[in-house]
Amino acid sequence: MIPGSFDYHRPRTLDEAISLMASLGEEARVVAGGHSLIPMMKLRLAAPEHLVDLRDLAELRAIRSEGGTLVVGAMATQREIIASDLLAAECPILRETALQIADPQVRYVGTLGGNVANGDPGNDMPAVMMALGAVYRVKGSPGERDIPARDFYRSSFTTALAPSEILTQVRIPAAPKGQGYAYEKQKRKVGDYATAAAAVVLSMAQGSCTAAAIGLTNVGGTPLFAVAAAQALIGTRIDGTAIVEAVRQARAIAQPAADQRGPADFRTHVAGVMVERAIRRAKERAA
Amino acid sequence: MAKMHVKLTVNGRAVEALAEPRTLLIHFLREELRLTGPHIGCDTSHCGACTVDLDGKSVKSCTLFVAQANGGSLRTIEGMAAADGSLHPLQEAFREHHGLQCGFCTPGMITRAYRLLQENPDPTEAEIRQGISGNLCRCTGYQNIVKAIRAAAERMSSTKEAAE
Repeated sequence: MIPGSFDYHRPRTLDEAISLMASLGEEARVVAGGHSLIPMMKLRLAAPEHLVDLRDLAELRAIRSEGGTLVVGAMATQREIIASDLLAAECPILRETALQIADPQVRYVGTLGGNVANGDPGNDMPAVMMALGAVYRVKGSPGERDIPARDFYRSSFTTALAPSEILTQVRIPAAPKGQGYAYEKQKRKVGDYATAAAAVVLSMAQGSCTAAAIGLTNVGGTPLFAVAAAQALIGTRIDGTAIVEAVRQARAIAQPAADQRGPADFRTHVAGVMVERAIRRAKERAA
Repeated sequence: MAKMHVKLTVNGRAVEALAEPRTLLIHFLREELRLTGPHIGCDTSHCGACTVDLDGKSVKSCTLFVAQANGGSLRTIEGMAAADGSLHPLQEAFREHHGLQCGFCTPGMITRAYRLLQENPDPTEAEIRQGISGNLCRCTGYQNIVKAIRAAAERMSSTKEAAE
């Protein structure tokens, strides 16, 4: 499969990339790892006239802590996330999720920024970012702004990002001490998108749930933030009854398409199973 | 859409060529450089037959433009054997342990295993299986591939110890 023709640009700095995006107009796309965009270009589902490659922008690679907020550069690869001691200690759900994305070769190249900004509901990190309350920092020629992950996804492949804007950082608030977490994904094989997947973070105090957030992957046109499902846990001991209610609420908002992964009803069912498993594991991990 | 000047180091050799930016790395390797070891299997970044080593990473060359690799250093299956033709320990081990049947996946398997052993010289069977999970083989059932990689790891570490 041969993609359509394009002109290739490789800026050396973020400012150069931003001015390129502003001058090239709407037919330009940024490319990070390219493992979402290039397959679409090969199928001619995407045919940008200009590709602006961000690979030389070392300033977008750093993973660091900024006064408690974890800052992950948009160009950090899944492999760099897996290898980061800081993230393993401060936000282990990222490693758990990254290890379930695609395969080793893809994880060497695929980036966090590409995964969250592409707008594909099959990508795994968006649901996690919704659950964590992460914020996306984006930059364009008018300046910089922050968009909460929970407000970012509009519809399939449509996000709050303006065509000329570039995602620069994913900013994750410090997790409360003792927070439990889990990302549960069912997939048919290595490299597949989820049949359904669920991200859960929650906190417990004296045996009772004090906070919870749940995100769902690939069971709708966008990643889903399951507010009612999380509400069903808060204030309970997360016993069987509370979990049944959370699962019911999660299934109520799932609207998967029927595809090779199964009929819509089946995928909705699986979403509930993933939610239940993720809740149980997050609860076990909560201190 | 002008052609661009591409400079790469491939198997230790400096290469320069003109290429359209949309040229995929696998096509550049096979058609421009005539390195037909890396194979086109699925052409959708699943099967791993096109795996090459780029700047210390295993990558699927069907999902990378040559423009993105510009300036980089590549190693393909053609660069695994020594200059005198003696096989790399991984190639020897695949032969000894019958780690291939039709051979189509083998160049990708060996280049991937090469990077895996650079990063983890003493992998467990489970780590080998995870490490090659992006490479599909439709013949062997993987048993002998895993055995071959394990044997190569042992041989490479004993050679290294002997040298030290």
